[in-house]
Amino acid sequence: MKKNMTLHLMLLPGMAILFVFAILPMLGAVIAFQDFNPALGVTRSPWSGWANFTFMFQIPDSKQVFTNTLVIACMKIISGLVVPLLFALLLNEMRLAWFKKSVQTIVYLPHFLSWVILSGIVLDLLSYDGIINHILSTFGLNPIMFMSNNHWFRWILVFTDTWKEFGFNTIIYLAALTGINPSLYEAAAIDGAARMKQIRHVTLPTLLPTIILLATLAIGNVLNAGFDQIFNLYNPLVYESGDIIDTYVYRTGLIEQQYGLATAIGLMKSVVSFLLIIVSYRLAYKFANYRIF
Amino acid sequence: MVRAQTWQAKLGYGSLFVILGIISLLCLAPIWYTIAVSLSEKSAAAANAVTLLPVGFNWSSYEKLLEDQKFFTAFGVSLQRVALGGLLNFLMTVLMAYPLSREANKFRSRNVYMWILVFTMLFSAGLIPWYMVIQKLHLLDTMWALVLPGAVPVFNVILLMNFFRGIPKDLEEAAAMDGAGHLYMLFKIFIPISLPALATVTLFSIVGHWNSFFDGLILMNHSNNYPLQTYIQQLVVQINDMSRMNPDEIKQIMQISSKTLNAAKIVISMIPILIVYPFLQRFFIHGIVLGSVKE
Repeated sequence: MKKNMTLHLMLLPGMAILFVFAILPMLGAVIAFQDFNPALGVTRSPWSGWANFTFMFQIPDSKQVFTNTLVIACMKIISGLVVPLLFALLLNEMRLAWFKKSVQTIVYLPHFLSWVILSGIVLDLLSYDGIINHILSTFGLNPIMFMSNNHWFRWILVFTDTWKEFGFNTIIYLAALTGINPSLYEAAAIDGAARMKQIRHVTLPTLLPTIILLATLAIGNVLNAGFDQIFNLYNPLVYESGDIIDTYVYRTGLIEQQYGLATAIGLMKSVVSFLLIIVSYRLAYKFANYRIF
Repeated sequence: MVRAQTWQAKLGYGSLFVILGIISLLCLAPIWYTIAVSLSEKSAAAANAVTLLPVGFNWSSYEKLLEDQKFFTAFGVSLQRVALGGLLNFLMTVLMAYPLSREANKFRSRNVYMWILVFTMLFSAGLIPWYMVIQKLHLLDTMWALVLPGAVPVFNVILLMNFFRGIPKDLEEAAAMDGAGHLYMLFKIFIPISLPALATVTLFSIVGHWNSFFDGLILMNHSNNYPLQTYIQQLVVQINDMSRMNPDEIKQIMQISSKTLNAAKIVISMIPILIVYPFLQRFFIHGIVLGSVKE
């Protein structure tokens, strides 16, 4: 017992911090069921039952915001699974070690730069008189207002997100590929399999469990469309195609100060996300025997 | 390894170099372009005449940057935040990973703590209640608002816990035989063994602190307290959101905001990341792979 006291004491500071900054806000989330008034505080604001939630479903914004969130997140998930896979297959064919390593060093880099910086660059490149439009005009095409065009905005989000993360996401595929026994390729080659056939019958089957695992874990992310990126790239003209739950909660809550409503929307997102993560972990455990703890 | 030597195979292998080369260049191009703009003449940059090489090469935007008091204030806030936040993250990670790596039959409450930890990782109350707690604690406009709420990096705790569990039991038993307590065990045996893993998670938390802008934006009311990323966000990104302004305002802002100066600020803010990047790269593959090792 006395020996375990040290263990409890080691956990104490961290647990205290989690209590204050994670558990207390959960209790504070009751304002989703209140007509919250900052002057009265959480304890004295009048209760309003499910009013904030019913209101949420009545306002026209909400349908758009939910749709945008789902569509953008799913587009990013698909691209985030496929592009790194293709890139890992390409990289796996490269036999020249120094070249492979240099490519890896370069493509991992954007992952470590912040969306503030990358957005600054993207906004500049895609501006009306920016370099991309210059290139378009040399091909005789008309310039495009990329950042205020609802047809383009989601594609720009997916493309720039893929650009930033594909390199880093290949790591997990490459780790799985190092486990392939070279004799499998030799056997395939002796049987007359060309490179493409070897990729199809040796490399891809090896990666299949990893692909299934990543796809399963992605279920937990279908409500995370990427706040940092969208917050730094969007503007009111593209709310129609790019406004997501997180940006909407920020504006309703902290800018317009409709605390109850914003908390209700945020809470709903958290509950649904939580359930999805539980489901995805269950599935990952069942199909891939994967456990994080 | 048997390698086909037909001309098709050679051609295929050759085009692999080209494709990988082009993809790598596409990853570097935007960064390269920003450096080129920062070294260009102001008028050339404003006219978007810069492509891959600086036009009218000069250092004037960097010289001007040296006189920018606000930039250095923000840089200082970020440095402080990285030092304090990184240290807190490190301490919390080791202090929590060790007890949680004990077996549940020897440390009864282990699973209770574990469930709390995982629950806080998977479920969050949302932005508004989180903000209100920080506000109620009077942390707004203090350094603590930037480092305390995220002081426990739960995912890193779990990574390191898994790593600690992989340490051979004999080592522990030998030390326990010599009468080593938990603190001795953690600081003299576990931490030295796991230095590469610890370096990985610490570097990741440092990069996270350096890159985060949103907490600075909502938790700091005075722009003097902004960390660097928030400062740049206000300068580079907010200004681009011109749809809320009338044409006169836009013109005015265009005149004040200098593209070359902004590019120089972006470049300087990337430098710390580029400095730690080689170390990050040496460790992170190792770290990620070890985190996914299951018992």
